[in-house]
Amino acid sequence: MTPFLFMLVVLGFSVGAGLLGSLLGIGGGLILIPVLTLLLKVDIQYAVGASIVSVIATSSGAAAAYVRDRMANTRVAMFLELATTAGALSGAYMSGLVGGRGVYLVFGGVMAWSALVMLRRMRASAEAPVPADALADRLALHGSYWDESQGREVSYRVTRPLTGLGLMYVAGTVSGMLGIGSGALKVPAMDLAMRLPLKVSTATSNFMIGVTAAASAGVYFARGNIDPFIAGPVCVGVTLGAWLGSRHLMARVNSTWLRALFVGVLLWVALEMLRKGWAS
Amino acid sequence: MSEAPTPEPRSPEAAAAVVQDGEDASLLHPEQLISDLLRYGVAASLALVTLGTVVTFFRHPDYLVSSEALLRLTSPHPVPHTLGDVVAGALAARGQAFVMAGLLVMMAVPVMRVALSLLIFRQQKDRLYVGITATVLAMLVLSFLLGAAH
Repeated sequence: MTPFLFMLVVLGFSVGAGLLGSLLGIGGGLILIPVLTLLLKVDIQYAVGASIVSVIATSSGAAAAYVRDRMANTRVAMFLELATTAGALSGAYMSGLVGGRGVYLVFGGVMAWSALVMLRRMRASAEAPVPADALADRLALHGSYWDESQGREVSYRVTRPLTGLGLMYVAGTVSGMLGIGSGALKVPAMDLAMRLPLKVSTATSNFMIGVTAAASAGVYFARGNIDPFIAGPVCVGVTLGAWLGSRHLMARVNSTWLRALFVGVLLWVALEMLRKGWAS
Repeated sequence: MSEAPTPEPRSPEAAAAVVQDGEDASLLHPEQLISDLLRYGVAASLALVTLGTVVTFFRHPDYLVSSEALLRLTSPHPVPHTLGDVVAGALAARGQAFVMAGLLVMMAVPVMRVALSLLIFRQQKDRLYVGITATVLAMLVLSFLLGAAH
């Protein structure tokens, strides 16, 4: 394979990762790292650096459309970023103290569990009423968005902001420890605890993961993990994919279908993490 | 894709946005501002990465045909990892330095987004969210400093 062909292959996979990431609110790192290391034989240190770039590119590429369309709730995002950045800071410290193995096992378990809870919510026929919350009112977190697939403006109320904050701290810690965007933890936290509609949860997660990843990107750059030859095509491909997904797909997809896709990817990520924890 | 307000008739696509845009051009629409920052930031990053890639292939025509070069490129080797490296490389018209500059722009976009949110909340006199956003920005800066110290 020539370097030129290599770049085209990386570009192609990156478009796919950006497309999927923009719909599901995840960074796509968990898709790209195996492709780069196993299929293309890239050294793991550059694969991880490319993954961080992919998280930021997915986030910024998709959020431009999501913020303008008010699909992403910027107030919820800003409030929760308090916890994700604090978590990312402490996670970076804890990574020295706690072994990677335990982290993988615990979070593989947490993800598998949240996948099953999210699956159960898919069957729930009537939406239970969202309990009122004084803090959510004070923070003015409630919102609405236009759902093309339903052909109407959907308004929603947010609840349990403090539970969300706690869960985001955990998600931020995982990001700091494992160097991932951890959108796979953020989406269930917003969907299950705070009761945001799934599309709003994934779009808001998308908006947030860029900030979480940017917090650790400086370290990766300083360590020399970001190789322009590999991260360059990833950056371009992921941005194109995220742009396509956020502008042309998100509004049209059906929420039930999106939930099924998310649960599937979540289960796969959970198994991958459990496997890693088991093997290490 | 609605940039500066233009007097020309708009496409049917943009017609829906007219109501919002037309409200008051001088009043800042926070969502539009943040969206624009993200879009222009991403566009600048992609332009640099693409330019750098083209320059790289121009300077290394063997990358189009040789498969040995790839082995060198994907195994551990020194890469630019300080701002000085990147600037020096760009001055020497090294393609990879431009790509790296594009990647750095991409990394800076989320941080600039938080800074812009802070300005917007301040203009709206939303003190609660000014506090929240300032704290997030402070922690981001702290993480960069800690990262640099590592």
